[in-house]
Amino acid sequence: MSLLSMPKGFQTLFYKEILRFWKVASQTVAAPVITSLLYLLIFGHVLENRVQVYPGVGYTAFLVPGLVMMSVLQNAFANASSSLIQSKITGNLVFVLLAPLSHWELFGGYVLASVVRGLVVGAGVFIVTVLFTEVSFIAPWWIVVFAVLGSVMLGTMGLIAGIWAEKFDQLAAFQNFLIMPATFLSGVFYSIHSLPPFWQTVSHFNPFFYMIDGFRYGFFGQSDVNPLFSFVIVAGFSILLAGFAVQMLKRGYKLRH
Amino acid sequence: MAAIQITQVEKRYKSLQALGGVSLSIEEGEFFGLLGPNGAGKTTLISIIAGLTRADAGRVTVQGYDVATDFRAARQHLGVVPQELVFDPFFTVRETLRLQSGYFGLKNNDKWIDEVMANLDLTNKADVNMRALSGGMKRRVLVAQALVHKPPVIVLDEPTAGVDVELRQTLWKFIARLNREGHTVVLTTHYLEEAQALCNRIAMLKNGKVVALDTTAALIKRISGSMLVLHLRNGGLPQALRAQLLHPDAPEGDYGSPNTYALRINDYAEIEPILAAVRLSGAIIEEMQLQQADLEDVFLQIMDGEVVR
Repeated sequence: MSLLSMPKGFQTLFYKEILRFWKVASQTVAAPVITSLLYLLIFGHVLENRVQVYPGVGYTAFLVPGLVMMSVLQNAFANASSSLIQSKITGNLVFVLLAPLSHWELFGGYVLASVVRGLVVGAGVFIVTVLFTEVSFIAPWWIVVFAVLGSVMLGTMGLIAGIWAEKFDQLAAFQNFLIMPATFLSGVFYSIHSLPPFWQTVSHFNPFFYMIDGFRYGFFGQSDVNPLFSFVIVAGFSILLAGFAVQMLKRGYKLRH
Repeated sequence: MAAIQITQVEKRYKSLQALGGVSLSIEEGEFFGLLGPNGAGKTTLISIIAGLTRADAGRVTVQGYDVATDFRAARQHLGVVPQELVFDPFFTVRETLRLQSGYFGLKNNDKWIDEVMANLDLTNKADVNMRALSGGMKRRVLVAQALVHKPPVIVLDEPTAGVDVELRQTLWKFIARLNREGHTVVLTTHYLEEAQALCNRIAMLKNGKVVALDTTAALIKRISGSMLVLHLRNGGLPQALRAQLLHPDAPEGDYGSPNTYALRINDYAEIEPILAAVRLSGAIIEEMQLQQADLEDVFLQIMDGEVVR
C-alpha cells in the first residue's frame, strides 16, 4: 500500500507531525547537526592519532556512522515523545482523540513522522561530518536498513514515553536515564572490543549497540557482531515495542479516561 | 432513530460517582440543553459521547453507532466543541482547520472551511498563528474545528464561557442556522437565558443523575405563573405570606438583597391580598416588580431539590 492510498486521517496526522518539526527546523534539525559536528571536531581532534578501532579506519571516520546513528535515534525518539507530551499538557491532543483515527493510524502517523525526522537529521549530520573526513560505503543497504529500523524503534519508544509521561520531567527522566545512557554506551564513540570482558557482555544486552554496530558495518564492512544477527535483534525489539505501543493506543492508556 | 441514545451510563472516578445510571434519548434535529451545576457530570457525559472517556457501564450511540465498538462511524457523525480553550501553537487558523478536516478523511475541504470561517468572523484571521489570537477568537476556531466535517450531531460544551456578546450572537446565529438545516445540537451552558432561548428540550443533571427532563416550555410551567418581587421598608414580610416565598429557606430577603422578597403567584388576583397583608403589617413597599418565572428559577428550584422528576 502506498502512502497515498493510506487512509486520509493517517496521512494528515503524518503530515501534521512533519509540519510540526519542520516549522521549528532550527531547533529540531539544525541544532542536533551542530551538536554532532562539535562531537566530531572535538573527539576527532583529540583522538585521531591515538585510537584506531578498525584496521585502516581513522578514528574520525569511525566516529561518523556512530554520530549519524546517535542523531537518528535521539531525534526519532524526541519527535514522537515531545509532540505527544506537548499535546497532552496543552490539551490539544483532544483534536486527534475526537477524530475517527484508529490505533493503527495513530501509531503509523507518529512513528513514521519520527522516522522522517530521524533520517533528515541523520542525513544532515552525515553531510556535515563527511566534509571533515572520508568514509566508505561497503554495504549501503545495511546503512539504510539500520537507519530506518533504528528510527522506527526509537520513534516507537518515543511514542510509548509520550503516552506514559504526564509531565515534562517524567519524559526527561525517560530520556536522561534510559535513552541517553543506552545510546552513549552502545559504541558510538568506541568498539566494545576495547571494553573489559564484563562490560562487553553487558553491551550485548543493549539493543542500541546492535543498531549502531550494524549501521557501522554498512560503511566499513567491519563490525563487532554479524550484521544479520544485529538485524534480527533490532527487528525483534522493534516488533515487540510496536506491539506494546499499539496496545497502549488501542486501550487508550493515559489518553482516554 | 435517536441522534444520541444514552442508556444507563455509569462512570466512577475512584470514590466519586460522576454518573450514576444516566439515560437520555436526544432526537434528530433537536436543540437539546444539558444543564447542571459544576460537578454534575455534564462534561463527563459529553466526554463519553465523544469517546474521550470510557463508561464503566451502559451504552451510548451517535446516529445509531456505538461510541465504543463502532467509534469511527460514531465520531464521523459527531462534532464536539471542548470546554477547555485548547489550540495547537504551531499552526495558523487555516492550517488548523485543514488538519482537522484531514483527520476526518476530507480532502479539498476549503470551500466549507471558508464558509465556516466567514460565519464565525474568522476570515481575516485565516493566516494568523493560533498563538496570536485572542481568547474569543480561539473559541471561534474551536467551534470551527468541530464543524469542519459537517457533523449531523454537534455538541457544544460551554461554548460561550467567558466570551463577549458579539461572539455569542455570531455563534448562536450560526448554530441556530445549522439546527434549522437539520443538525442536532446539544448544548451545555451556565447561561440559562441562552438555554431558554435556544433549546427545545432540556435535561438537568445533579450529582451524576438526571433530575429533570422535559421541553423547555414545560419546565418553565413547573413554576406556575409569575413572581411578585417586593422591596420592603419598616419591617419584613408578614408571616402569613412566607409560604409563598420562592426560596423559603432564605426568608430574610430571599431575592438577592435584604428585605427583597420574591413571592410565587398563580393569578393576578392574588396581588391585592398580598399588598393588603403587607400594609396591615406596617411595612412599606419601596419597590414592586411583577416578573415571569424563567428557566433560572426552575433550575434553582430543581437544584434545591424542590422539584424531582
